[in-house]
Amino acid sequence: MSKQWATWSKATAIALATAASCGSVMAQEKIKVGFMLPFSGTYAALGVAIENGFRMQVAEQGGKLGGREIEYFKVDDESDPAKATDNVNRLIKRDKVDVIVGTVHSGVAMAMAKAAKESGTVLIVPNAGADAVTGPMCAPNIFRSSFTNWQTAYPMGVVAAKEGKKNAMTLTWKYAAGEEAVNGFKEGFEKNGGKVSKQLTLPFPNVEFQALLTEIAAAKPDAVFSFFAGAGAVKFVKDYHASGLSKTIPLYGPGFLTDGTLEAQGEAAQGMLTTLHYADELGTPRDKAFRTNYAKSYKLQPDVYAVQGYDAAQMLAVGLKAAGGDISKKDAFRTAIEKATIASPRGDFTLSKAHNPVQDIYLRKVDGKENKKIGIAVKGLADPARGCRM
Amino acid sequence: MDLATFLVQCLNSIQYGLLLFLLASGLTLIFGIMGVINLAHGSFYMIGAYMAFALSPYLGQHFITMLLVGVLITVVLGYALEWAFFSFLYERDHLQQVLMTYGLILVFEGLRAILVGNDVHGVEKPAWLAGSFPLMGMMQYPWYNVFAALACLVVALLMYYTVNRTRLGMMIRAGASNRDMVRGLGINIKRLYRIVFAVGVALAALAGMIAAPMSSVYPNMGSSVLIICFVVVVIGGIGSITGALIASLLVGFVDTFGKVFFQELSGMSIYLLMAVILVWRPEGLLGKRS
Repeated sequence: MSKQWATWSKATAIALATAASCGSVMAQEKIKVGFMLPFSGTYAALGVAIENGFRMQVAEQGGKLGGREIEYFKVDDESDPAKATDNVNRLIKRDKVDVIVGTVHSGVAMAMAKAAKESGTVLIVPNAGADAVTGPMCAPNIFRSSFTNWQTAYPMGVVAAKEGKKNAMTLTWKYAAGEEAVNGFKEGFEKNGGKVSKQLTLPFPNVEFQALLTEIAAAKPDAVFSFFAGAGAVKFVKDYHASGLSKTIPLYGPGFLTDGTLEAQGEAAQGMLTTLHYADELGTPRDKAFRTNYAKSYKLQPDVYAVQGYDAAQMLAVGLKAAGGDISKKDAFRTAIEKATIASPRGDFTLSKAHNPVQDIYLRKVDGKENKKIGIAVKGLADPARGCRM
Repeated sequence: MDLATFLVQCLNSIQYGLLLFLLASGLTLIFGIMGVINLAHGSFYMIGAYMAFALSPYLGQHFITMLLVGVLITVVLGYALEWAFFSFLYERDHLQQVLMTYGLILVFEGLRAILVGNDVHGVEKPAWLAGSFPLMGMMQYPWYNVFAALACLVVALLMYYTVNRTRLGMMIRAGASNRDMVRGLGINIKRLYRIVFAVGVALAALAGMIAAPMSSVYPNMGSSVLIICFVVVVIGGIGSITGALIASLLVGFVDTFGKVFFQELSGMSIYLLMAVILVWRPEGLLGKRS
């Protein structure tokens, strides 16, 4: 009987030990990071740059963040808001990821923010600038390593007014990102004594600009501010130049108008002024190291998107470190990121209360195939995060 | 608005309207004569635009040659499609036609995704049309837009002449009003249909090729243009080429001026126009009263 008892107790002990060691194996399991990014379509190049930046930062940390290895999951969101909810649920419910990193398109990002808010999964937005993500949609588990549309356009308004422009017109696609950007410009411009006389829009992704260019030529404003990205940006800058307007009416925009598009825009973009939180020549040691490593790792020149992916990984690392590698310690994770200063290639930044970077916005000038920094448009600019209750 | 702006905007309207006419005339020919509602018509516009993108590295400088080559290819394509699919549709009801041609849209979009991917592309203007000229002391106006308008005008005149002045045109018009009578006269109606269909496809593709350097080449570009085409056909009166021409220009003007002066309504100005015209003339401007 006692022998049997001993066997039983030994078995129990072994079982317990196994369970315990299983537990510790559980704790050592990899952190699951889900990339939901465009890997096809208009924004494919942006998605790739973000992923490259993220992976490079992880590699620089020795392949681990907060002492934990990383396991990646990938979903191509195709920049299609209609598929956004299904795609994000695949990561949350099927793959059970700890962190979602995504995306580029604002409409898709809104659906992701909603899903993240409901499930409590950590979301780091490495591009999409929709004001609402860190405005009305803001949440303790939603962070952004990029910008808001307002934030990149407001400073251009300040600069334009300081350049002595009195009367401006705006032109963009009739969709959220465009409207947020032109409203940001308007605010900066009018606060400094300018006046936006007319706001022109055309449906997304329409690029027949001729009628609107005629209207601009007739109205003769002092400046035009426009928001387009990707192929639309290439087309608009070229058409604007071809119409002869660039000789008399300067064209301004947030950096997206000339970022990653200079090769295609060529002559038409030369000398243009734009504002953004990054530029091709910052000259800081931090940025130089980043650019060299990126060029070596991927045989590509880095851009603002790569920087945003890189910083998303930095933010995740800060949070995980404070939580001892255990992402379920939500408060520790969150407070650490909120308090951190991120040493970004763009320059150091902290996060606002709404979890959006508080950062310098540079004034850049197109010179050859580069967007060169010529000054700082607004220093340490925080998005007003209108509508955020947190 | 001063006179100069007004005139330049008129130019923009005419150029856009003529392009629409190229597109819509094919649609109205096919519907008016064969009675087929062809939802895939926009896809032929997309095919034309992607063809311009594919051909321009080789023929981009010989732009007119490129257009002719493209038309030739699409005539063959149209002829084959009519033989393979559309010839079965004449006797079917409109619901089945809609389902079938909608299916074709999905097939064409799928093929496009496989062959050229989902990216947005630009097509370079040929060097001899890349410049612009000063207009009204206001702005530089691109030569290419003038070329596009003229090219569309030439095709429109050719079509008008063919439909209204030639033997083929006479058969086409007769076929539109009384199919059985034409068959009874010993005319090979099957071949006539095949030719008309191939021409309709080629016209849409030609519009796509001409539009490519002015706009950009992107997935689903066919579906947005399809809706405008239907608006034109409905306003003009189904089956009437002259009606399509008038309606195209009307839509061109309303859309262009709406875009500029009624920004808030710009998305729906042409639908308002359609509503007003249909209240006034339910059969369209030149449609036959039924």
